[in-house]
Amino acid sequence: MATPPPPSYRLLGTRIPYVEGPLKVTGRAEYTDDILRPGMLVGRLLRSPWPHARLKSIDVSAARALPGVFAVLTGERYPTPFGVLPITHDETAIAVGKARYIGDIVAAVAAADERTAEHALSLIRMEAEPLPEYSDPRVGTSKVSEPIHSRGLLGSNIQKEVVQHFGNVDAAFAQAAHTARVRGNFAGVTHAFTEPMATIAEATPDGRLTVWSATQVPHYLHRALSEVLGIPMHRIRVIKPEVGGGFGGKSDPLPHEIVCAALSLETGRPVKILFDREDVFYTNHGRHPTQNDVRVATDGEGHILAYDIEALIDGGAWSSFGTVTTYYNGVLAMGPYRVPNFRYRGRRVYTTKPPSGAMRAHGGTNIRYSLEVALDILAESAGVDPFDLRSRNALPPNSKTVNEFRITSTSFLKCLAAAKERSGWRTKFRKLPYGQGVGLGCGFYISGSNSPIHFTPKMPQSTVHLKVDMDGGIAVHSMQADIGQGSNTLLAAIVAEVLGVDLERVHVQRVDSDVSPIDIGSYSSRVTFMMGNAARAAAEQLLEKLRSAAASLLDRPPESLEVVHERIQERGHPEVGVSFLAALHRAMETAGALTASGSFDTSALGGSFKGARAGTAPAYSFAAYVAHVGVDVDTGEYRVSKIWAAFDCGRPLNRLAVEGQIEGSIHMGLGQVLGESMNYRGSRLFNPSLLEYKIPMPQQMPEVEILLVGDDDPEGPFGAKEAGEGPLIATLPAVGNALYDAVGVRFTDLPITPDKVLKGIDQRRKEGRVWKGA
Amino acid sequence: MSSPELLRFRLNGHPVEVSCEGARILLDLLREDLALTGTKRGCDLGTCGCCTVLLDGRPTLSCLTLARLVEGREVTSIEGITPASGLSPVQQAFVEHGATQCGFCTPGFIVTATALLKEVPHPRREEIERAIAGNLCRCTGYTKIVDAIEAASRKGA
Repeated sequence: MATPPPPSYRLLGTRIPYVEGPLKVTGRAEYTDDILRPGMLVGRLLRSPWPHARLKSIDVSAARALPGVFAVLTGERYPTPFGVLPITHDETAIAVGKARYIGDIVAAVAAADERTAEHALSLIRMEAEPLPEYSDPRVGTSKVSEPIHSRGLLGSNIQKEVVQHFGNVDAAFAQAAHTARVRGNFAGVTHAFTEPMATIAEATPDGRLTVWSATQVPHYLHRALSEVLGIPMHRIRVIKPEVGGGFGGKSDPLPHEIVCAALSLETGRPVKILFDREDVFYTNHGRHPTQNDVRVATDGEGHILAYDIEALIDGGAWSSFGTVTTYYNGVLAMGPYRVPNFRYRGRRVYTTKPPSGAMRAHGGTNIRYSLEVALDILAESAGVDPFDLRSRNALPPNSKTVNEFRITSTSFLKCLAAAKERSGWRTKFRKLPYGQGVGLGCGFYISGSNSPIHFTPKMPQSTVHLKVDMDGGIAVHSMQADIGQGSNTLLAAIVAEVLGVDLERVHVQRVDSDVSPIDIGSYSSRVTFMMGNAARAAAEQLLEKLRSAAASLLDRPPESLEVVHERIQERGHPEVGVSFLAALHRAMETAGALTASGSFDTSALGGSFKGARAGTAPAYSFAAYVAHVGVDVDTGEYRVSKIWAAFDCGRPLNRLAVEGQIEGSIHMGLGQVLGESMNYRGSRLFNPSLLEYKIPMPQQMPEVEILLVGDDDPEGPFGAKEAGEGPLIATLPAVGNALYDAVGVRFTDLPITPDKVLKGIDQRRKEGRVWKGA
Repeated sequence: MSSPELLRFRLNGHPVEVSCEGARILLDLLREDLALTGTKRGCDLGTCGCCTVLLDGRPTLSCLTLARLVEGREVTSIEGITPASGLSPVQQAFVEHGATQCGFCTPGFIVTATALLKEVPHPRREEIERAIAGNLCRCTGYTKIVDAIEAASRKGA
């Protein structure tokens, strides 16, 4: 049966420059640190020099007495615990009783200027009893003398343990023709956004508190402020200015945001806390240092029979998103392949180090590397081309995984075909000279977490409001958080598309909890899918009002009218029509300004077992990347010269933004391979600066050929799925497998620095194992 | 701490006189004393390039520059590069090519690229990459930034 061709749209699917672009290229976009409030004080934080210590006494009298100091706060003032997940509230705004990592906030000061604030911090006297340092998560897996948190499992430092078993893994391994085992080790990496965190809080005499903050999730911040400060949410106003990148690092409500508000409440003055780069590194919440052990079994033709996975995850001092991380390191293995038998044991362990949390492609990155390397090994031992092995195992559309994930649209096979064809795989794989190689890596990611973090009160995941008055400008309100990914532009484009108007009529308003209806923010790659559907619903509602007004002007039934550019006209009779403004003005005659509200919520998904909701999503993205690397076999240095990136994001709604997300994701994924690493000696972070923590330079970026091959998703807005996080994942294994093709060495310790490459090459030579004739 | 002295220099084409302590950093002087917030503070260590301004036409890290050193010299910040109405060719190219995502690094890149194209009107891709190597961007992977600078050079920026 021939399916009708997918519809085409006027704006959506084209290259739409970001609506706020002109403000950003001129330095006129307003970030938190650009805001000046009258009489604003400087807030500064005192951080723990100890990795783990009992706080015996803190003497702040000298600091308080210093002229120019307005307030000094310690932990007892606001001891209510909080955290991004309601089930793991284990943080406090300022340490209470114990400090748990070098960098933990132990006191805060508000002063007239920076110098006075710094001076005041130096006058604070602390007595503390050092406690055992736990920098190695392995130590924390059994009972310890002084658990970092009282909530650790059975007196250990285990924050969360997940055990899952579907099918019969041991039986599957017993009948396997081929098995592979990979132990992956992954150093922690961090977001390294360019804008340091910044918050301004202003308590005012009307009993209200306004907070401007560089946050990805204004709504969770709003809740945390209310809980810890004991102020009802309606008396707190959260405003999100422009945010200079987040990548997950600004998605938790962070202690300094609450401290800033507390200092303003204490002083009655506006207070700003601005982080320096060291603060940013110590706050971290980046990708967890992880060790995973992966076993994969296939039959003789390379069909996957079973996965057996263990993960040991170094959590740092707080839970953050860690319970989700622990699930994701297992369950995000469930695509893009059919896996009939699956066993997972994941443990996330508290350590006395800066907390890890959510970072772009959260929970799906490290496990994917080890799995894709294992599949590469299996393809080799089964004598099957890596592409063929993967296409043989592709999850079909409209299917269910063994752990009951609902798979709807997937263009994974098209991704594989496009990557293979465009990369010239047949003429390159195992055929390039020694030192040159190509590798395949694939990916799979959630297009928005199906479960919101908070379940009370019950509400949609995203709501969008529209207001249009006689000027014909359309104001759009939503708490979705544009952090540079282009969600404001998409929001405007969807409204303009549905109403048929020029993009310049649509004005997306800054997030302001007083007027923005709730969308739960920029995390889990959810915004395009969820906000997009909400925006479409709102715009369609407004359109009905305009269509009825046009119908009354034209004396035609509303259902006979269609929208074209800036006009509503009779279908088949374009001469019978009225302008957008004429329809609007008729519609307003009695009602005044028109308003509309649209929302989107996810339907129930997933099984009924414990943890079944983790990893469920209304749709999933798919990826197949080929990387080409060239290794200098004398030094171990290597360069990734090209990546062919085939990606299924459904229908790309803004090609410019989708390309930007893929290129940026590849940059970040490549960083984790090439050299990014949070370096610790014991619990002490040794490279808290962008000089010592190196993100890739322009010269290290490969040429990227983007292949967008997705079919429309049935439930995504206009057929779209996510493109913000999934594009990172396939980068790492594509490069790792290409290095194997180049020099015949499996690298499973990330980052793969040149010294490791050289060591691997030397080792193979020493063993006399020839690769590609060398 | 030395006492404030009067500092005189040209800023974005106009003379400025401002009281300035000896240890004052140019970035702080611009952002805090003169309220020119287009120049961004990303690291305070000269590693990210967000604070780049032109000092006598050359890209300079304002976070590593003592304000007193600009006495009698010409400072151009992003505000001075922006035309009174509309955008410069480099700015226009950044918008059209999606070379700005979160936008925080963008003023620094615009300043660097503007200086490059003044010196080398038609740079090769490698020359562009070398010129922007002191500016970090975490969003774009640099691809569209290099594309935009190339496009601006073709238009004779």
